[in-house]
Amino acid sequence: MSAVTLKVNGRTHNLDLDPATPLLYALSDDLALRGPKFGCGLGQCGACTAIVNGRAVRSCVTPVKSVAGAEITTLEGLGTVDKPHPIQKAFIDEQAAQCGFCLNGVILTAKAFLDKNPHASESEIEKAMSGVLCRCFTNVRMLSAIKRYAKEVAR
Amino acid sequence: MKSSWDSGFSRRDFLKTSGALIVSFKLGRAQQGPIAGSPKLSDVDSWIAIGSDGVVTAYSGKEELGQGISTAQMQLVAEELCVPFDRVKLLYCDTAITPDQAHTSGSQSHPANFNHSNLAQACATAREALVKLASSQLGVPGDQLTAKDGFITGASKSISYGQLIGSKKFNLVLDPNARRKDPATWTILGKPAPRPDLPALATAEFEFVHNVRVPGMLHGRVVRPPSVGATLAGVDESSVKGMPGFVKVVVKKNFVGVVAQKPWQAIQIAEKLKVNWSPGPTLPSHENFYTHLRYQRPTRDTALVDSLDVEEKWNQGVSLRSTYLHPYQMHASIGSSCAVADVQSDKATIWSPTQAVWYQRNTCSMLLGIKPENIHVIYRRASGCYGLNGADTVTYDAAVLSQAVGKPVRVQLSRKDEMAWENYGNAYVIDQHAATDANGNIIAWEHESWSPTLGNRPGPATPGNVVTGHLLGFEPEPFVPQTPAPDPRAYNNGSNGIPSYVAGKINGKAYGTGTIQSERVILHAVRSAFWTGPLRSPARLQNTFAHECFMDELASRAKADPVAYRLRHLRDPRLIAVLNAAAKAANWTPRASPKPGLRPAGIATGRGVACVLYEGDNGYSALVVDIEVNQDTGKIAVKRIFAANDVGPISNPDGLRNQIEGGALQGMSRCLGEEVTWDDQKITSVDWSTYHTLPLGFEVPKIESVLINRPDQPTNGAGETSITVIAAAIGNAIFDATGVRIRQIPFTPDRIKSALGTRT
Repeated sequence: MSAVTLKVNGRTHNLDLDPATPLLYALSDDLALRGPKFGCGLGQCGACTAIVNGRAVRSCVTPVKSVAGAEITTLEGLGTVDKPHPIQKAFIDEQAAQCGFCLNGVILTAKAFLDKNPHASESEIEKAMSGVLCRCFTNVRMLSAIKRYAKEVAR
Repeated sequence: MKSSWDSGFSRRDFLKTSGALIVSFKLGRAQQGPIAGSPKLSDVDSWIAIGSDGVVTAYSGKEELGQGISTAQMQLVAEELCVPFDRVKLLYCDTAITPDQAHTSGSQSHPANFNHSNLAQACATAREALVKLASSQLGVPGDQLTAKDGFITGASKSISYGQLIGSKKFNLVLDPNARRKDPATWTILGKPAPRPDLPALATAEFEFVHNVRVPGMLHGRVVRPPSVGATLAGVDESSVKGMPGFVKVVVKKNFVGVVAQKPWQAIQIAEKLKVNWSPGPTLPSHENFYTHLRYQRPTRDTALVDSLDVEEKWNQGVSLRSTYLHPYQMHASIGSSCAVADVQSDKATIWSPTQAVWYQRNTCSMLLGIKPENIHVIYRRASGCYGLNGADTVTYDAAVLSQAVGKPVRVQLSRKDEMAWENYGNAYVIDQHAATDANGNIIAWEHESWSPTLGNRPGPATPGNVVTGHLLGFEPEPFVPQTPAPDPRAYNNGSNGIPSYVAGKINGKAYGTGTIQSERVILHAVRSAFWTGPLRSPARLQNTFAHECFMDELASRAKADPVAYRLRHLRDPRLIAVLNAAAKAANWTPRASPKPGLRPAGIATGRGVACVLYEGDNGYSALVVDIEVNQDTGKIAVKRIFAANDVGPISNPDGLRNQIEGGALQGMSRCLGEEVTWDDQKITSVDWSTYHTLPLGFEVPKIESVLINRPDQPTNGAGETSITVIAAAIGNAIFDATGVRIRQIPFTPDRIKSALGTRT
């Protein structure tokens, strides 16, 4: 165990952790955040996604020591029920969920991509989302929500 | 808006202070018995409570799994009770407060709670009671009073529900004659209501079972056997003593688990723990599995229909035979299953994603040796389950580990433990045999299938139906051989074993949707090496794949248009209407398959159709696909899907579309890539690189849903309609595009390329 400093959603946390602990456990267990979720533990599905220094990373395979001091954003860091972020609002407006478990990875992956590629084409967006899984297959609505947000970013 | 899932409201608190209000009705129709201890299904108070503030709290035994049923149930309550949608709170699946309605499964939530019983009838009974009360309090005859927006109004007088009954019990039984609202007058049902859970989901405020945190909670990890059927030979606890966070190694019969302070510690301890296992029996070869399945003995045989004359028809007409193969497939939920249990010496509280909280309570009682009435099971949503995933088994894991340490324990399965040990959707071998007359009309149809089975949903008394219960020493429900099949006594097409085109005659009466008089359907269940259980459209999807592809083969042989040929053999007007609606939406041009002018290479385009009356009585579905087959790579691209649905009166059109879209795409993923694999000892499809699902960003087809509203009919389920037909529609489209019939799921590029290579 050793001290690790994590900056999550604008707040600094000093945690006593095995430095090899995947970031996911620090976020969901030590910090009790509900956004990042364990899906596979193998970096294959995207449910655990967090944005680290502007890039979407798979927190289940990212050791905490490698992100110490970095700016980490989780889904709760974007907006709230009362004041959702525009991309969250796009998902609510499109009714783009079934169980909702994958939304964390879907929304954060899309946001990180569109923030860097505001003029991405539809097929580029689909390609960017090809590493994320939704087993309820809400693909149609989720892609509509992402494209709706993309239009806002591009404006 | 405060949402129902995090409400601190408790029925017991509410009723403790409530007085009694007596209005008498004659006793309603007795309901089938729920588990002892459940609120009575016949009591209005089991379903509805109205607070002094007029807020209506509804209690349901049908839970939100992601399918949108909570929104529809809230619409139902708001509509039937005449209150605004946002004045309804819905609490579901908590053994302290909600009635036992068995499983939330099988597209049965709408039939159970929207037709003339249960939640819907409780609301109608309550509304009529409120009018009666208002009549006596306002001194206005009941027929001059109207219920609207939580008030009863008439003769220039008005009184609120809160004033009439606020915080008091109804003390009424459900009145079977209480009048349901005419769908023509609906203002809340029948309209697209947004899902109240979506804002919390999109902003991570929503509490999944994975997010449940209890003071003092520890973390468990199970150590499953390395291979199917392996038994425990020994555990070396000293191999993990002293590891950071170590709490305990728990061994019970063949169950092994560890408990630690933190989840990552539990994972590391479980990996390090030295466990010796005696290997299980050698598994049947995956390569020759379907042959193994067909010849396995003993069998449990069932006859669904038998006109006793099919044999003589084979020589009267031109006969056609085909065999269809469907693999085991997984639920493969995106989040591996998770539960939290707090087991103390003589009582327990359990947060579980189970589909049946009351059954979970009783089976946990068997595992823990604690009286069922001292076990409180609270449903918490997990990721979509699509049937029996690891939800029940992980709940047993958490309960047993918590009991062993006397503290609350959370368990989340590893990806591999989820995928290697869940109860898979059934594999099938299906033989089809039909004969046609000189005009190409079908005169006889025989269907014979073989499918393996082991375990099932645990039900109220069979924890051994899932892996953890079995490791703990409980047996799965017994396999009882039965040969030959007894004569069918009643029509049962719950598994869609009977094709849509036969008459479905039992004792001379036709119950089926078709016209073919000579018919025989025989099913053989055999023992499975792997756990099996319901996976979205269980058996119905597999049978419909075989029926609807075979129907296409017969149409092609008769050089008939596949839609017109189906219509020639159908007699159910609603199935005919739904098939016509899908064809119309797709701009279907009549012609036979395959399409003229086939080319041997490059991109080939084709179309396919399939239809079904789901479960023989639970939703009409027809679907047309347009696809492209890359004949050089064998890859299929589905370009457009036209899905027509008739599920009776539509409660939430947007929710229905969401289910149709999700079902169609999930079915597409299943038929294009999903298959459970194994070697001679163990399952080898254990993650997303070895079990092939379609990702979010694949080339998603355009989906057009055609909703047929039938306000005059009973309500059907809609969660499994489109998924049941899409594999067949795609298979038929592959044939249309290429002239090659693929009779085995999944339609992988390799399988398609190799089939294309056999073309002459």
